[in-house]
Amino acid sequence: MAKQQGSKLSRSTSGPIGPGGPGGPQGRHGSRFAPIRKPKNAKAVLKRLWGYLRQHKSILLLVFFIVVVSSILDLIGPYLLGKAIDHYVIPGDFKGLFKIILLMLSIYLTAALSVLGQDYLMVGVTQKTVGNLRRDLFNKLQVLALPFFDSRPHGELMSRLTNDIDNVNNTLNTTVLAVFSSIVTLAGSLGMMFYLSPTLTLVSLLIIPLMFFLTRLITKRTRTLFLEQQSSLGELNGLIEETLSGQKVIKVFNREAECLKEFEQQNSRLRKVGARAQIFSGIIGPLMNVLNNLSFALVATAGGLLVIKGVISVGVVVSFISYIRFFNRPLNELANQFNMIQSALAGAERVFEILDEPAEPEDGQIRIEPARVEGEVVFDNVSFAYKKGEPVLKKINFSAKPGQVIALVGPTGAGKTTIVNLLSRFYEPESGEIFLDGTELHRIDRRSLRSCLGIVLQDTYLFADTVRENIRYGRLTATDQEVEMAARLANAEQFILRLPEGYETVLTEEGGNLSQGQRQLLAIARAILADPRILILDEATSSVDPRTEVQIQEAMLKLMEGRTSFVIAHRLSTIRNADLILVINNGEIIERGNHEELLRQKGLYFDLYNSQFRREIVS
Amino acid sequence: MVRLLKYLKPYWRMAVLAPLCMLVEVSCDLIQPAMMSKIVDQGVAQGDLALVMRLGLQMLGVALVGLLGGWGCTAASSIASMNFGADLRTALYRKVQEFSFANLDQFKTETLITRLTNDVMQVQHLVLMSLRMMVRAPLLCVGSMVMVYVINIKLALILAVALPLLFLTVTLIIRKGFPLFQRVQEKLDKVNGVMRENLSGVRVVKAFVRAAYEKRRFAKANNELIEVNLKASRLMILMRPVMMTIMNLCVLAVLWFGGWQVEQGSIMVGELIALINYFSRILFSFMMVTFMLLGMSRAKVSADRINEVLSAQVAITDAPEASAVPIRHGSVRFEQVSFRYQGSGKEEALKQINLKVDPGQVVGILGATGSGKSTLVHLIPRLYDPTAGRILLDGRDLRSIQLSTIRAAVSIVLQDTILFSGSIKENIRWGKAEATDEEVVAAAQAAQAHDFIMRLPEGYEPQLGQRGVNLSGGQKQRLAIARAIIKKPKVLILDDCTSAVDLKTEYLIQRALKDLMKEATCFIIAQRVSAVLDADQIIILDGGRIVGHGKHEELLRSNPIYQEIYYSQLEKEGVVNG
Repeated sequence: MAKQQGSKLSRSTSGPIGPGGPGGPQGRHGSRFAPIRKPKNAKAVLKRLWGYLRQHKSILLLVFFIVVVSSILDLIGPYLLGKAIDHYVIPGDFKGLFKIILLMLSIYLTAALSVLGQDYLMVGVTQKTVGNLRRDLFNKLQVLALPFFDSRPHGELMSRLTNDIDNVNNTLNTTVLAVFSSIVTLAGSLGMMFYLSPTLTLVSLLIIPLMFFLTRLITKRTRTLFLEQQSSLGELNGLIEETLSGQKVIKVFNREAECLKEFEQQNSRLRKVGARAQIFSGIIGPLMNVLNNLSFALVATAGGLLVIKGVISVGVVVSFISYIRFFNRPLNELANQFNMIQSALAGAERVFEILDEPAEPEDGQIRIEPARVEGEVVFDNVSFAYKKGEPVLKKINFSAKPGQVIALVGPTGAGKTTIVNLLSRFYEPESGEIFLDGTELHRIDRRSLRSCLGIVLQDTYLFADTVRENIRYGRLTATDQEVEMAARLANAEQFILRLPEGYETVLTEEGGNLSQGQRQLLAIARAILADPRILILDEATSSVDPRTEVQIQEAMLKLMEGRTSFVIAHRLSTIRNADLILVINNGEIIERGNHEELLRQKGLYFDLYNSQFRREIVS
Repeated sequence: MVRLLKYLKPYWRMAVLAPLCMLVEVSCDLIQPAMMSKIVDQGVAQGDLALVMRLGLQMLGVALVGLLGGWGCTAASSIASMNFGADLRTALYRKVQEFSFANLDQFKTETLITRLTNDVMQVQHLVLMSLRMMVRAPLLCVGSMVMVYVINIKLALILAVALPLLFLTVTLIIRKGFPLFQRVQEKLDKVNGVMRENLSGVRVVKAFVRAAYEKRRFAKANNELIEVNLKASRLMILMRPVMMTIMNLCVLAVLWFGGWQVEQGSIMVGELIALINYFSRILFSFMMVTFMLLGMSRAKVSADRINEVLSAQVAITDAPEASAVPIRHGSVRFEQVSFRYQGSGKEEALKQINLKVDPGQVVGILGATGSGKSTLVHLIPRLYDPTAGRILLDGRDLRSIQLSTIRAAVSIVLQDTILFSGSIKENIRWGKAEATDEEVVAAAQAAQAHDFIMRLPEGYEPQLGQRGVNLSGGQKQRLAIARAIIKKPKVLILDDCTSAVDLKTEYLIQRALKDLMKEATCFIIAQRVSAVLDADQIIILDGGRIVGHGKHEELLRSNPIYQEIYYSQLEKEGVVNG
């Protein structure tokens, strides 16, 4: 009767250990008590995942075969053990005992080797699959249009790129094999049971409907409790995130006590709800234990009856009981894995959602050669809205001749940046047409269009790399000398050389260790290196100290020479040098002309001009 | 980890009850095979159906007791760990509320958030698991060992060989695996880093048509991650088969040596079977303990990070005799004030600042980025303490006044605008909880926010998303200003807080604030000279020192730096001809 313990080790702690730590006990209980996210359409997700796994079909087949072998070996173990005791130990046949021990040894070793083999193969499949998934996701990011990125919080996207993929990774690693072998063991032991005694098998199966019924009864109750727990946890985390992000403001406004009070309210709600949810769900495990014992008792009773009637022998009952263990264990295992699989599928679904996002709209066929671009830009009746019914640009008309400097002026939110976004085809106009050298913009291949544009944004994005590589981003083939030349032209060399390691200084992510002005100088250097035909500049409004400001001005003027330039301007010197000033308000061009003409009109430009400088004039 | 246990103390009854219940469950588990053997040996084998029924019922009874024990353990451990987690979270949150700016700079916001959410969860989970499995496994292990020694001491020697062997291999694998896991983490960080850069820098990547380059960069990071991950995983998968093999070898050894002993008559067959049973239990629970210890190392990292916050020295606290007498006038004095940021080496951010500002005066502060402008004004509401010298408010040393009293009188609008979820009205009321609707509107008007608020479909009532995400930068800044002026502070500090506001609006804000400034002492940090021309005092900072101080005319006459800034900006802004 002790045989049932045969090799309990093999499955109860699930598969190989992922990089995050043991997948075993932690994953299991974590999943049972943590809030579970469910996939909306599990079937579709599985199909998609299979698409990734399919290329390893032959390996998976091999793995499956090995799993079958090792599970069967597992099932043979206790059988042989019983045999060894019955036939060799009791009669004292040591030659025979030695033989069967050798046999068992070889079976155990084969089982261990096959477990090693299946894990080894599966780890490879998992890593490659997850790697491919990650790669596809990243490549998708490269073709997604800008509205996608602008319309969702980056934190949420990042969580899909990291947590959700991790989730898939862990599950593929541990769950697939566990499910595989659970099923095989389940089928194998059921077969053995039937082989030993069909009557007893039916008796032992009696317990299963009861098991399902009770589990459902409990999970129905706990589901609402878990949902409650999940939502109050979400609210608490939201509160934590918000108040900690604003901690400095809270201090400045003396609000610490109020925040603490609010926090404690939320916290104690979670405390109550969470404990209740766990207490209720905690009954499942022990209850299963009772049911298992109930089925033992039933089988023993029925078995006893059969033995008395002489239908079966005592040995059969003993073996049968050990196989019931084999049968019940994977059943529990499968129930446990179910939650993990569900949350992984939900993660995979969120990943696929991104993969299914529409890419940038249909690309144009015309490839333009940057060197041959003249730089004539015409906006013809262009309208645009980010959200339906809220037009940001209304019927914009203007034309820029090659080499001209166009200044865009107007209050915040007037639509200046949108014009630039349309010109770079980050967004597409709702109606109207934009022409570059007489060709409709939407007919031009997006990549070739962008390679003749140079864009310097107000908030410069830098990569976590050296200063040199950040400048080289403008033209990857540039030599070191060219990079330094560009830095010099951009007035950036002076500060670069003062950095601890000059050009080789590694910038922190988003360039946090440079001032905003210095970052903009680097962006200008980058643009100089790219040598674009058309330039788009977004001047910084402030936060730049006067000396850097002068340097930026000089560099920008140099950069604009000989190129068609669009400048979102905040500085009068830039505006005064412009060939054409477009004053934009509420999505419309309300005034146009050069500085003197516009001043004479005494319109919005005149107002803007005066509001900034009247003080100086007065003093 | 041990230090955190004091948060479990209030729930010690539950924490003790849980293992006790577990003891009941484990005992039932240990009894159960014995009863099984009795059913088989005495009931089934003898054909005594009545005995089978009786023993079956007994077994069921034992199982029910086990159920109660198991459930009791779950309930008690859940209650204990949930409350433990909640208390720990509160302690952390309370601590963060006490933090001064210096502490907040030291721990970045994001890490504080992870510490309060993720890390607390990890530790709470560990407590839960310890109260359940960490009790169960050793109990099973020890219980079975005792049984083995009771049954047969000689065969117990096999354990003395197997356990150290097991221990050795496990430590060996873990020790080899650990550095690999660290490398996996590094590579994972790198992959995530490239991801994050491509999200934040999407405009640059697209503008420079660098998709192909970025794909290559990512592929490299991704492949490196896969490679290390494979290495680490393939090492760790050794664990299971190795343990299995050792365990099965033990069973075979028991069978072989036990067989000889059966022959000699020093052991019964039944006992041999029981031995094999207990051996598997020992090794199984041993393996469980190993896996849990592995999991614990993760929780330990979390516990350390939590402790770091809890044991952080709060930089600024109220002195016991601090006074709560309200600030009446708003005069500000700096006496030989120097300041150095923690962890910034020897570099002083402010050097021997002397300044005397009378109530109602306006002080304009100019200077390059990093010259110490923000630092200087941050000292006034005692967000930081000066490293040397002292600051007087109404002639009273800041350190002798209660923090809440200081901050009730001093309003500062920080460079970064942060709003909170809630309606616009609620956000403005942050400055003064009991403000009437009229006061809210008046403050919004002064901050030039009223017009845009009225243009919103719901006026003052719409709910702002987290951190005010659905407003533009300039709109947020104006709300922040309204929030600061609603409480009619004695001292108002504007730390370059109109950067995202267009020039016209900035001018209007300044004009409207003038009325308010008549009563309040006002500090304005500006990039443009035009913003501070009328100030009663203008300070020019350079490298943490005051290098120019006076009214506009004086400075224009005598201060070369001021002249340089003034003329460069004027020339640039075209006023000379304008």
